[in-house]
Amino acid sequence: MSLIDLANPSRFLALTARILPWLAAATAILLAIGLYQSATAPDDYQQGATVKIMFIHVPNAWLSMFVWGVMSLASLGTLVWRHPLADVAAKAAAPIGAAFTFLALVTGSLWGRPMWGTYWEWDARLTSVLILFLMYLGLMALWRAVEDPSRAARAAAVLTLVGAINLPIIKFSVDWWNTLHQPASVFRMGGPTLDRVFLIPLLVMAIAFTLLFVTLHLAAMRNEILRRRVRSLQMMQASRKAA
Amino acid sequence: MTALSALIQRDIRIALRIGGGALIGVLFFLSVVVLMPFAVGPDLKLLARLGPAILWLGALLASLLTLDRLFMADHDDGSLDLIVMSRNSLELACAAKALAHWIAAGLPLIVATPVLGLLLNLDVPSTAAVALTLLAGTPALTFTGMIGAALAVTLHRGGLLLAVLVLPLSIPVLIFGVAASEAAISGPQSFGAPFAILCALSLVSFVVGPVAAAASLRQGLD
Amino acid sequence: MRLSGRGVSCVRGGREVFASLDFEASSGEALAVIGRNGSGKTSLLRLIAGLLAPAAGSIALDGGEAELTLPEQAHYLGHRDALKPALSVLENLGFWRDFLGGEVFDAGESLASVGLGHTAHLPAAYLSAGQRRRLSLARLLAVRRPIWLLDEPTAALDAAGQSLFTGLMRAHLARGGLIIAATHGPLGIDAPELRIGGAT
Repeated sequence: MSLIDLANPSRFLALTARILPWLAAATAILLAIGLYQSATAPDDYQQGATVKIMFIHVPNAWLSMFVWGVMSLASLGTLVWRHPLADVAAKAAAPIGAAFTFLALVTGSLWGRPMWGTYWEWDARLTSVLILFLMYLGLMALWRAVEDPSRAARAAAVLTLVGAINLPIIKFSVDWWNTLHQPASVFRMGGPTLDRVFLIPLLVMAIAFTLLFVTLHLAAMRNEILRRRVRSLQMMQASRKAA
Repeated sequence: MTALSALIQRDIRIALRIGGGALIGVLFFLSVVVLMPFAVGPDLKLLARLGPAILWLGALLASLLTLDRLFMADHDDGSLDLIVMSRNSLELACAAKALAHWIAAGLPLIVATPVLGLLLNLDVPSTAAVALTLLAGTPALTFTGMIGAALAVTLHRGGLLLAVLVLPLSIPVLIFGVAASEAAISGPQSFGAPFAILCALSLVSFVVGPVAAAASLRQGLD
Repeated sequence: MRLSGRGVSCVRGGREVFASLDFEASSGEALAVIGRNGSGKTSLLRLIAGLLAPAAGSIALDGGEAELTLPEQAHYLGHRDALKPALSVLENLGFWRDFLGGEVFDAGESLASVGLGHTAHLPAAYLSAGQRRRLSLARLLAVRRPIWLLDEPTAALDAAGQSLFTGLMRAHLARGGLIIAATHGPLGIDAPELRIGGAT
């Protein structure tokens, strides 16, 4: 099944209709395994049981960046290769990425609370994720600002690529800003090295969340294709003569 | 339904459906608040001390920038002509549009305040105080800002010029809004006095705003 | 009811558009305003609608309702269609019906009368230019006002739309209404002409 075949929306719908249930099942199984492994992992000597939030926080944080990468690839597909489904992929991914980013923020906040005493600390990592969250929201606003999806697609593609280029710059700036104002904090998220007993549940959760993204993304792409069909039908109905 | 409530309902519907809806104002509010620590540093004590001021400035800027289009859309598509020719007073129609704008764009800012207070290390009572002053003061910002929005139609300009014209008018609201918040948070001044003045400013703007906006719009009809 | 203007002059942007214009129309009559582009047809209509002030002269309405001003008894159909793309077709018309008030009729039926019944719940953004014009015409039906001030009403309308519009005009005049219309081409009904700005 080549990429060309997938370019046809109808074939895409047919293909995803077949594989989506399997993907969903695989996601559920992996998530269950991962959660079980996370729950049974030993407590950290320093942080106690709260370290287990890491098993949700780290995959989400990683995915928030991964999804932007997927959107960047899709944006290249729109601008350079003009793949027909590229803009559908980009638009469908944005809210999912934003949700993962939001979860990363919330879990990060909860994880830090016992250490910091507050629900929020302007720590370098979390702040970068917050900025990424704002960028996601801005992108979603841009998609909605233009009524015609294909026109919005080109603008969103440019913004996504600009964002992708800027993300390392922003990350570097925020790290620098943080060292300027605060001594290196004792508590570092994710730790410098992870003991193997933590590594395996973390990897399982990471794969599970990635599968979750793929499942949700394909489902969202299906919805977007159907939504555009509805719009075309409505426009056709408007233009036909009165009965 | 009555004419003015139809106008309010229409404006709220449009605000909620177009683009990112009124939530774009909340996103801007969030962005402004996030910008502050990069400028002043992430010291939580400092941020908590500045919290009310940062929130008020963010709400002020978010209000101002979303008001720009208040009358422009109606002017551009010819609706304003029909509104002027209707059997409703233009002043009341302007007030109705401003009220719709505050409901669709101002109230979400107030709802977003607790989350932003969290980012600025404000505790719950402090955030509640700021939210209360915003509730009393954002109507004043909307009804004063509408004068600028009406001038934008008359002058066929928008953006920064209008912000520059309206900002001085917003200063009293900012002063008493922040003062009331800080009085509630740390005392020792009373909360009641600045809060009452804040409410009075809103009430005055309910009259001055629509009258000035209507007068300005009539000039800009051709 | 008689709508008349005496010695009306209009100045726009420092330029005198027309001067000392006299005109008159009574119930059941239509007046066609003819002139080349820029001659002031739109300005004249906006003057009568109260959206512009005349530089000289006066416009008067005899008859009609005493407590209402001239604009409050008139429909103005300008170049732009006062249409909100974010709302549905029915929501657009329903709003004007509720807002303009007075003697009103069912919005759905008005839409059907102009051939837009099948678009009622679709976003107004999906309408073509001719359909948007028809939506403006539906406004004339949904809210009844005695005076119609129409600026190029048949622009963007196809042949079916134009004959529909002619029918609407005849019905309005038969009810004792009054029409002043700026037009390039023939209006479709017998109407005395008011020429502005020299020959077309």
